[in-house]
Amino acid sequence: MTSDTLRQMRHSEHQRQQGLTDRISCCTVAGCLSAGAEAVRAAIQDQVEAQGAAGEIEVRGTGCLGWCSRGPLVRSSATDLIYADVKPEDSAALVSGDLSRFEGRVIEPTHPFRAGQRRIILENSGKVDPERVVDYIAQGGYQALLRAATEMTPQEIIGEVKKSGLRGRGGAGYPAGLKWELVARHPSSVKYVVCNADEGDPGAFMNRSVLEGDPHRVLEGMTIAGRAVGAQQGYIYARGESPLAIARIRTALEQAQREGLLGGRIFDSNFRFQIDLRIGAGAYVCGEETALLASIEGKRGQPVPRPPYPPESGLWGQPTLINNVETFANIPAIIENGGGWFAAIGSPTSPGTKVFALAGRVLRTGLVEVPVGTSLRTILFDIGGGVPPGCQFKAAQTGGPAGGCIPAQHLDLPMDYDSLTRIGAMMGSGGLIVMDTTSCMVDIARFFMEFCMAESCGKCVPCRAGTVQMHDILARMTRGEGHEADFPMLEELCGLLKETSLCGLGLAAPNPVLSTLRHFRSEYDAHVRERRCPAGHCNIQAEAGAA
Amino acid sequence: MSWKGAVAVIPIVPKDRPVLDDDRGRLLERAMARHQNSGDALIEILHTAQQLYGYLSPPLLKNIARKLRLPPSRVLGVATFYHLFRVSPRQRHSAIVCLGTACYVAGGKDLMETAQRHCDPGKWTIEEGRCVGSCGLAPIAICDGASLSRVTPARLEAGIRACEDKSHDV
Repeated sequence: MTSDTLRQMRHSEHQRQQGLTDRISCCTVAGCLSAGAEAVRAAIQDQVEAQGAAGEIEVRGTGCLGWCSRGPLVRSSATDLIYADVKPEDSAALVSGDLSRFEGRVIEPTHPFRAGQRRIILENSGKVDPERVVDYIAQGGYQALLRAATEMTPQEIIGEVKKSGLRGRGGAGYPAGLKWELVARHPSSVKYVVCNADEGDPGAFMNRSVLEGDPHRVLEGMTIAGRAVGAQQGYIYARGESPLAIARIRTALEQAQREGLLGGRIFDSNFRFQIDLRIGAGAYVCGEETALLASIEGKRGQPVPRPPYPPESGLWGQPTLINNVETFANIPAIIENGGGWFAAIGSPTSPGTKVFALAGRVLRTGLVEVPVGTSLRTILFDIGGGVPPGCQFKAAQTGGPAGGCIPAQHLDLPMDYDSLTRIGAMMGSGGLIVMDTTSCMVDIARFFMEFCMAESCGKCVPCRAGTVQMHDILARMTRGEGHEADFPMLEELCGLLKETSLCGLGLAAPNPVLSTLRHFRSEYDAHVRERRCPAGHCNIQAEAGAA
Repeated sequence: MSWKGAVAVIPIVPKDRPVLDDDRGRLLERAMARHQNSGDALIEILHTAQQLYGYLSPPLLKNIARKLRLPPSRVLGVATFYHLFRVSPRQRHSAIVCLGTACYVAGGKDLMETAQRHCDPGKWTIEEGRCVGSCGLAPIAICDGASLSRVTPARLEAGIRACEDKSHDV
C-alpha cells in the first residue's frame, strides 16, 4: 500500500457510493442479532431486488446503532433516520420509503438519544460495513496511519498523544502519552504492543461493540502505537466469549495484511508491524495487565507483582505497551485532528469521550458515547430516558465488580475519573447499570463478592480467602442471620484486601461493599437489626424476622 | 474456578492411547505445527483441541503436553484454570443462564432455579454465563445455542421442552 493507492481506493469507493440513492445499514451485532437482525437484512435485500433497485440501493450489515433494546435497528444513509423494532414484514415499506408504517418507530437525529451524544470512538459504528476495509477507508480510515508513518516522527506522535491528555480507558485512567513515552524510551530493540480486549465486567459491552462494528479503527490505533514506541509486533487479546468479535478481528487482520496496511514497508516507509490475535478462555482476572500477559504466553492467567511494570518488563520480559480497545480507537482521531482538538472535548482533567453501556432499569438501554464529565443525570435521564414508568431510581452501578453504586443524591456528579473516585465509585470500563427500588443493595454487594470469589485466581491469600469470608458475611445478612459484630469484621476485611492484595481484582473487590455501606447503610441495618429486606428482594424467613 | 473439575481429572492416565491417530488428531497436529509446537501457544491449541474433541480428556492433554514439550502439570493447570475449557464431556443439551449484573438485576437468579428444576442432569449441562454482552435485552438464557431474550421462567421452561422435543424427532 502506498499513499496513492490509499487515495485511489478512497476516491473510487466515494464515487461508487455517490452513484447509489441510498445505503441501508442493518445492525447485525449483539442485541439486534439476538432480536432477529439477520432475517431483517435478508428480507430487505430480497425487497431491493424485487423492486428492481439493486443498482441504486445497497444493503449492508453494520455495527451497533446504539439503542439495543429497540432492535433490530436499521439506518438509512440518505435520510439519516434510524428505524426501530424492524420486522421482515416492514422491508417493502423501508425500501420504497413509505414512512407511515413506522409511526413511533423512527429515531431522528434530533431525538434526545442521538442529539445528546458525541461520537468519536463509535463514529463509524453503524456506518461502515465492518467486513469491508474499503468502507473504512472511504470514511477517512488509515489516513492517520499514513500521516504517522510518512510525515511524523515517533516523538511527534507521542507529543500529540500527550497533548491530547488521553487517559487509559480500561478503568484506571493512566495518561496514555506517558505510558507510550516510557516504552519508547526503553533501549530494548524488541518491544510489543498489546490491546486489552478482555472485557470481562458483567454489564459492559463497549469494547466488544467497537471490535464488532469498526475493527479496523483498533488495528489502525495499534499500528500507530507500534510506530510511536518502536514495536514490530502487536497482540490483540480478545475474550473467548465473543465469537463475532473474534471473527471480525480475523477478517480485518486478513484484509489489512492483504492491502499492505500491516506487514513490511507500510506506506513505503521502513516501518513494519504485525498483529496476532490471542483468544482468552474465560478468566476475569486476565483483564489485569500482568495476568493478561501471562495468558498470551500460554500460562495460567495469574498476576505478578509490579514493579516492574509492563512498559519496562512485559511480554517475554520485553517492554510492552498495553492499552484498552477504546484507548486505541481514539488514536486515529487524535492523530488526524491533533491533540489540541481532543483536549478541548470533555473535562479538562480527563478529555475526550467515553462509551457507556446502559443497562438495567432504564428506558433506553444500549451504547451511548458522551464527553467525559457529562453528568450522570444527563446520561440516564436525557439520553437514557429515565427509569421505566412505575419504577423509582435508586442507584447506578459503575465499573462492574471493581466499581461502586452511585445513589440519587449524586446524580449531578460529572462522570470523570476523579469525581467518581471521590465518592467511592469508579469509571471502570464503562458499564452503567441502573437499579430501582426493587433491587436490594446488600444482595448486590453479595452478588459482586460472589463474582470476585469465583474469579479470584488463588495466588494471594487476602483475595483468595478474604473474598470467601466477605461473601459468607454478606450471604448471612441477606438470609436475615447477620450480627452486629459483622460490620466491624466486614470493614476490617475490606481494609485488608485493599492494603494487601496483589492485583487489581483483590484491591477493588471491596469497592461494591464499601460504596453500598457508605450510601445505603440503612439497608444493611434493616437486614441485621430488623431482619427485613426493605426492597423485598431477599428471602428472609418469617421466624428469623420474629427472633 | 473449577477446582472440582480438576480433582476429577487426576486419575491415572490410561496407557498412551493413540488419540491423535485419526482425522481430528491430524488437524490438531497441524494446528500445533502452525505454532511451531511452541508452548506459548498452549491456549490456542487447547481451544482447537476442544473444538475438535468437545472436551479435553486426560490422554488428549497428555499428548498435547508431549508434543509441546511441556510438563503435563502445566497443561492440566492451564486447562483447569480457564472457565471455557472443559475437562469432562458435556451432556447432549446445554442451557446457559446469564448471571451478569444486568441479567441478575432483571431476575437471572429465578431463571437459574427454573433451569435447575426443569433440566434433567442426565441430558443437560447447565452453565452460568458471565455476561453474554446483550445487556439491553436482559435477562438472557441460551438453550442449545438459541438465545432467548427478556425471558421469563415460563418461557425458559418452554424453551427447554422445545429443545428436548426437537431431539426426539431426529
